Amino acid sequence: MSTRIILVGLLLSAISGLPGLFMSRHSHLGPRVAACLGGVGCLLGLAGLAHFWFMGPTAPVSVTWSLPGDGLSAGIDGLSAIFLAPVLFLSLLAHVYGLGYWPPSDHPATGVKLRVFLGLLTCGMALLVLARDAILFIFGWEIMALAAFFLVTTEDHKAEAREAGWVYFVATHTSTLILFGMFALLHRVSGSYALAPLAPGALPPGAALAIFVTALGAFGLKAGLMPLHVWLPGAHAAAPSHVSALMSGVLIKMGIYGLVRITSLLPDPPLAWGGATLLLGVVSAVLGVAFAIGQHDLKRLLAYHSIENIGIIVMGLGLALMGRSLGRADLVMLGMAGCLLHVWNHALFKGLLFLSAGAVVHATGTREMDRLGALARRMPHTALAFLVGAIAICGLPPLNGFVSELCIYIGLLRTLSGVGTLAVVGAVFAAPALALVGALAAACFAKAYGTVFLGQARSPIAQVAHEAPWTMTAPMAVLGASCVLIGLVPLLVAPALEAGVVAWAPALMQSAPPLRTWVPLPALSVVGLALLALLGAGSLVLRSRQRQTGVAAGAVWGCGYVAPSASMQYTSASFAQMLVAMFAWALRPRRHGAVAPVLFPARVPVRGHVPEVVLDLFILPPVRLVARVFTALRVLQQGQVNAYLLYVFLALVVLLMWR
Amino acid sequence: MHALLDALVIAILALNLYALGVSRIRAVINAVALQGVLLGGLLFLVHATLDVRGALLVIATLVIKGVVIPAFLVHAMREAEIQHEVTPFVSFMSSMLLGAVGTGLAVGFAHTLPLAEPHTNALLVPASFATVWTGFLLLITRKKAIMQVLGYLLLENGIFLFGLLLLEAMPFMVEIGVLLDLFTGVFVMGIIIHHISREFSSISTENLAELKE
Amino acid sequence: MLLNILHTVLHVTVALTLPPLLLGVIGKVKALFAGRVGPRLLQPYYDLFKLARKGSVISQTTTWVFHLGPVMGLVTPLLALLFVPLVDSHAPVSFNGDLILMVYLLGLGRFCTASAALDTGSSFEGMGAARELTFACLAEPALFLGLLVLVKLTGSMELATMLGSSLAGHWPTAGASLVLVLLSWFIVLLLENSRIPFDDPNTHLELTMIHEVMVLDHSGPAFGMILYGASIKLFLFAALLVRLVMPVSTGSLALDWAVLVGGVLIVAVAIGVVESTVARLRMTHVPLLIVAACLLSGFGLVLLLR
Repeated sequence: MSTRIILVGLLLSAISGLPGLFMSRHSHLGPRVAACLGGVGCLLGLAGLAHFWFMGPTAPVSVTWSLPGDGLSAGIDGLSAIFLAPVLFLSLLAHVYGLGYWPPSDHPATGVKLRVFLGLLTCGMALLVLARDAILFIFGWEIMALAAFFLVTTEDHKAEAREAGWVYFVATHTSTLILFGMFALLHRVSGSYALAPLAPGALPPGAALAIFVTALGAFGLKAGLMPLHVWLPGAHAAAPSHVSALMSGVLIKMGIYGLVRITSLLPDPPLAWGGATLLLGVVSAVLGVAFAIGQHDLKRLLAYHSIENIGIIVMGLGLALMGRSLGRADLVMLGMAGCLLHVWNHALFKGLLFLSAGAVVHATGTREMDRLGALARRMPHTALAFLVGAIAICGLPPLNGFVSELCIYIGLLRTLSGVGTLAVVGAVFAAPALALVGALAAACFAKAYGTVFLGQARSPIAQVAHEAPWTMTAPMAVLGASCVLIGLVPLLVAPALEAGVVAWAPALMQSAPPLRTWVPLPALSVVGLALLALLGAGSLVLRSRQRQTGVAAGAVWGCGYVAPSASMQYTSASFAQMLVAMFAWALRPRRHGAVAPVLFPARVPVRGHVPEVVLDLFILPPVRLVARVFTALRVLQQGQVNAYLLYVFLALVVLLMWR
Repeated sequence: MHALLDALVIAILALNLYALGVSRIRAVINAVALQGVLLGGLLFLVHATLDVRGALLVIATLVIKGVVIPAFLVHAMREAEIQHEVTPFVSFMSSMLLGAVGTGLAVGFAHTLPLAEPHTNALLVPASFATVWTGFLLLITRKKAIMQVLGYLLLENGIFLFGLLLLEAMPFMVEIGVLLDLFTGVFVMGIIIHHISREFSSISTENLAELKE
Repeated sequence: MLLNILHTVLHVTVALTLPPLLLGVIGKVKALFAGRVGPRLLQPYYDLFKLARKGSVISQTTTWVFHLGPVMGLVTPLLALLFVPLVDSHAPVSFNGDLILMVYLLGLGRFCTASAALDTGSSFEGMGAARELTFACLAEPALFLGLLVLVKLTGSMELATMLGSSLAGHWPTAGASLVLVLLSWFIVLLLENSRIPFDDPNTHLELTMIHEVMVLDHSGPAFGMILYGASIKLFLFAALLVRLVMPVSTGSLALDWAVLVGGVLIVAVAIGVVESTVARLRMTHVPLLIVAACLLSGFGLVLLLR
């Protein structure tokens, strides 16, 4: 029943953009119809999901067909439900947001295409999550990949968007290629395309390792795990903001879903898998946030934070894998619950941040942080939304980011009582690494928030900014409220998480105690509310004291300098300078122009930026080499019929001589 | 007793990190001198029964490692008019982190060694490796010749630590010989430093590359 | 039950009243070293009362975020202090994993103070915010590694147990690790509370400040809140150190509290001595010392894990 409702919703969503094709580009009706259809589709899907959570699972829907494979099968279990929820929820909000953000009056040429593929993207992602066999999975995967490509290149008149789109296209198809290999392997050892758990001992260790490594490659590429993240920053920055929110919030999570699903199928993972996954997560988290600190482009900064958060999610997965190898239900519960909850949380707060960034772009037309400033005065709602998102993404209490990080922390700390193998000892050091990541993220978001929303306006465009319309602020308000809700009452989401964990490792977790045995979820509510109460009381005291003693308005203390100007403020680059220097070994920051070593130097422009190191240093050079080799082959392509006839003749001769 | 031993060894390890992270040569000399004194203290602790031989050795270690060599190096610094700053090839932060990583690995590595029962859990062996590693780091990553001398000293301290395990087996003369060798070595290096500084008016070992022609 | 309430009342009372005294003690020790008489021990209290009655000047560029800083700077250390056992193994609030909440509450306070500083749009305050957050990135792992040592030793994730009287039993066997943690945390204390050798609270040159430069634009009651919050944070770290060194439970409530208060005052004297005898670090060398703090407690952990 629930699956059928969801499938109907998906169909609605998939066709939501089609009516727009038959209407005028400038008509306001097209976007509204698309948003209605898509929104109703998502709501139907959410209704189906609610049905699943409250009424329990139903039998999967199967369709037989004559092509290879056993037919298509879609169903829902605890894991699918976890990943489906943000897909539908965020898509719903993106449909609403798009009404204000991409109106036909501003973008007549691109709007129709955007809406067609937005609906398809939702449909693709939901299909792959629902898939119970490899064929449907690949179908969903490809619909998602292609729809996302067209969404990234929405503004294909801009070179930046085209380039980002192509990098994404190559990356996603590399991932699909590896995925084909993985499913072929899986089919070889299990004899079917069904995504069903393999029996313990059914798998030769070599094949298991091969499946695990290919899964890590294919899904890591999609998720943007550190050395494989090359497509992510460009694509997130170039896409329209609600698409960025969807991509960062849920599309990259499909990679995580794949990893989680495949690891749930493989029996008896060795301890080294968990250790390696944990290590990958740590590298991704630390370097992701380090790269983020060096960015000047608000959306690129957010994109690198996605890499960081994927790292945290993968840390949770690694911990859970280790727990499964060691047969420890506590580690599995804490790691997996942390992983799954962070998937939700990241969808919420990163969606919120991208939507707020979209409001900034909408109001000012630029993503350059150093041209903004003081937007909190002109866009108070957006500023509040961004602040909530920033506090949540830094994992600070009392918001939702803290809850999931706490699960992972407690899990990591519990490895201290484990046996002293290398992997377990290493897990202990992941906890301080996570602390480092949290502190770095706080620095990065203080920088982003301070530069964009606080201080004085750094350019005229920031002075004339305007608050976004309600269609844009309402989705942000919903997301912000969800962040606060999960942060204050984490018990609400515990049952869904526990269902997900049980679906991931049924044998071990079927009779495991609930999450709150290990994580003090009720206490978090108490402390969170106490914090808010103290904050309110403190503010009241401060306000009343100030009112009694008098407040005068004055200029900022410039340390004696009487004519400070907006351009003298600390820029995002200067704010990040010490941290960028600390991570210079990885970031390879570039600096253009230098101050002449004379007493009274002339005006010298100095610019610095942090390039995408992996792409620029490790991928593009070999690609250029290959391209040169193939350019040489173009000699063969003469464009003259005679030459081609000669090739045909030569080929014939070669074939005849073949024994 | 055991706790005190551990405390001394940990102080030696902390001095290793200090020697790697500090930027003034005098501070490095002080660290090495203090390490020498601590080694003397360790020798005193490890010796179960204090006979004449042991007492002599403790005193010789304290005097030579803790007083004579450092005093000589300070003297050499003043004579050669060496600047106070260490000039590293690798930043202080990186060398400190490298030192820490080496120390961690040493702890792991010491576990894999087939040591005699009383030593398996002692910190002496990893501390010995870590100190040797620190000495190597100083030798490799610092420019000034005087830092090479200090690197050698740390290296020798590490070997000395390992020697503490073999105290019962090692003849008295060998240890005294090692100490004297060291002293002579430092003496010779001191003279060399003096000559380098006179020849090139700096003691950076980079200048020695010019001699290859 | 009644004892618990008594404990909690005492805890909150001490947490609210004692902290400014530490600043007074530090000031007195520094004055003695300099051969001056120095301000009265209770001077910080007078300062706070004076500030509460002063008018404020608020810069025109600021928004409501500017007021969030002082309030959060006061509220977060106060809340975090509720998790720390001041005597015996008793803390008013205690649950599995509260150590992480404590660290993150301090992080929240820092984030809000830095945002408030950025709200003024002053280059100096931006600079201070950047420095504060940069150094915190290194200090947080140091604090955390020390906590890991305690978790490993006591097998508990509640601060009340980790720093409770059961810790005393581990000093003879794991003293080396605990000394390393002590050293590391003392460095963290000096950094987090902007003390020499990291930061000079009395300097007059804004360019060289870290924490103080962030709060330049606050005045009146708001500034009082910041000072008060800073002293509570100092008290929190001092209490951590005292509990680490003397996790004793004498059986007598009065004696236990005397040990705590005495210990905290000794920490304040130690800070005063360090401030009087040690020179300030060059700004570029600051990370080096904090990384050393990380390595110290990291090594303490390695010793336990081997």
